[in-house]
Amino acid sequence: MKKKLIFFIVIFFLFSIIILSFVLYKNNKKSKIIINVYNWGEYISDGTNGSLNVNEEFTKRTGIYVNYSTFQSNESLFAKIQNGGAKYDVIIPSDYMVSKMIKMDMLQKLDFKKISNYSYVDDSFKYPAYDPTNEYSVPYTWGLVGIFYNKNLVAEEEKDINWNILWNKKYSGKILMFDNPRDAFAISQIRLGISLNSRNKSDWIKAAEDLKLQKPLVQAYVMDQIFDKMANGEAALAPYYNGDAATLLERNKEIGFVIPKEGSNKFVDAMCIPKNAEHPAEALTYINFMCEPKIAAENIKYIGYSSPESVVKNQLDKKVANNKICYPDEQILKNTQLFTALPDELNSFIDSLWVNVKTGEQNNPYALITVLIGFILLYLIVFLVKKKKNKTL
Amino acid sequence: MKIKNFSIIYIIWMFIFTIIPLALIFIFAFTDKSGNFTLENILNVGRYSNVFLLSIGLGAISTIICLILGYPLAYIISKISSSKQNIVIMLIMLPMWINFLLRTYAWMTILENNGLLNKFLSIFGIKPISFINTSGAVVLGMIYNFLPYMILPIYAAIVKIDKRIVEAAQDLGAGKRNVFLKVLAPLSLPGVISGITMVFVPAVSTFIISKMLGGGSNILIGDLIEMQFLGSTYNPNLGSAISFVLMVLIFISIGIMNQFDDSDENFDGVKLK
Repeated sequence: MKKKLIFFIVIFFLFSIIILSFVLYKNNKKSKIIINVYNWGEYISDGTNGSLNVNEEFTKRTGIYVNYSTFQSNESLFAKIQNGGAKYDVIIPSDYMVSKMIKMDMLQKLDFKKISNYSYVDDSFKYPAYDPTNEYSVPYTWGLVGIFYNKNLVAEEEKDINWNILWNKKYSGKILMFDNPRDAFAISQIRLGISLNSRNKSDWIKAAEDLKLQKPLVQAYVMDQIFDKMANGEAALAPYYNGDAATLLERNKEIGFVIPKEGSNKFVDAMCIPKNAEHPAEALTYINFMCEPKIAAENIKYIGYSSPESVVKNQLDKKVANNKICYPDEQILKNTQLFTALPDELNSFIDSLWVNVKTGEQNNPYALITVLIGFILLYLIVFLVKKKKNKTL
Repeated sequence: MKIKNFSIIYIIWMFIFTIIPLALIFIFAFTDKSGNFTLENILNVGRYSNVFLLSIGLGAISTIICLILGYPLAYIISKISSSKQNIVIMLIMLPMWINFLLRTYAWMTILENNGLLNKFLSIFGIKPISFINTSGAVVLGMIYNFLPYMILPIYAAIVKIDKRIVEAAQDLGAGKRNVFLKVLAPLSLPGVISGITMVFVPAVSTFIISKMLGGGSNILIGDLIEMQFLGSTYNPNLGSAISFVLMVLIFISIGIMNQFDDSDENFDGVKLK
């Protein structure tokens, strides 16, 4: 009898401990909300070199923890969101990817009433081409494509440099070009006066022909290596993004940077909330926090790209704010174009045009089949010869 | 029984990390974006024929050069005293411990127009030659990176050869040439074959070497596949189809190589008798 009683008491204790710990665990979890933020690498002020650690500041103010991770390209972000393996609350893709994700119904409509700091964003960034109804995205940073030139190697004055110089035979073998179809085609399209978002295949073919003309002059098709190659004087001319220009100009005084007034590609990275976000309300708080001029200024100081809020510009160093590379004149901005998403079929067409441009040959679709058949024939011949040899042995 | 239980772990491992990924590539290659069966991806691979030709060509050239460079070296190493052998083998493997990217990046600095090699040549008054951004530079990068994979299996095969067989051949009056052709070459053939496959397969499917040393205009299959997954298109179906065709090509070429493997033949011969 006594034994039984002890047994019951023990069972009761165990049971209550389990329930108690479960409740505690639940409560604990409720009090500690973690949002997942997915951003470009090196794209937030993180506390290094005396800058403000923005994510820590957010936690300090709101008690919401931030699980911050980074991606390398819009496409890897897209693949990750589409596979649904990871759930993010705030993502920061570029313009054309925003429009693609809107089309594929992967983003939530934002409650702008909760983003009071959105009022600081300049009107020119509202209702952008990639988000025409202005419901899904809040701009984070923006930038332009311009041209790096080596003052020792390029004879032209700064004001005379425009996209045509990348086709100038004088600089044959000294020109670098973007190794990315959309960016490379954009340069040719601006030069030819074609829309960057043309749905017309013939427009793209025209641009491809133009790029083929340029190919013999191009030293290499590269992306990040542009930086090193320009700094070492390996090349004289190269297109690049303005946000990183300042770093290179500081490193090598012989390098200049021009944003051609004929037009340029403007890109915007914008904050969005994916459909499957677990904490959409906290995500809005985070976006609002990032729009706050003081925080935005900290980020811009660290990143080097431009801010869509003029208030932020005034908070920056005079040297940065008056820098024509980061904040060019209205006249230049007038001619810029944004990317929007293209249909998949057109994208893969552009890809094959691009490979064509780079390899410089017309593809013969039967060559591959010939090679395959050749391989199989070779296999059979070797096999048969060996069999014969075996028999004769 | 216990060993059998233990092997289940490996079977599960193989299933999850080999069979399922292969099946996924196969499924992706033969379906469109909405998941319906289609042959279009495979047909679209034809658009990139010359990329395939270039990759196979460059891969074959670098494999042949690796063989020409690697075989004598492996033979020489096998002849020296065994304590020295270890040091030499270590020296061959040493670069493999350095990050692949870094090694290739170093070649970039050497081959550039303002690079070390051209600076050296300019001492003798030779005008800068553009080494980088050519297919030759890509082949050089492949040879540099994959040469150890050729040397090591050949060395392993030659070291295994019983010295008495060579002595017997010499006793029976075979000259140096005959000893090599009739004894050493056939017996080291398995090493040569695994060396060739270990160089050819990664060389054909490499992508970063062509990007760094080829200046972007020498596109290889690896670059093409990377473009499908991380490029602006994001077309995993076409990417899988390209991988699939590449796999078939490599499969056949390994099949061809295996036909030359004599050890296999002997085994069959014994079985037939």
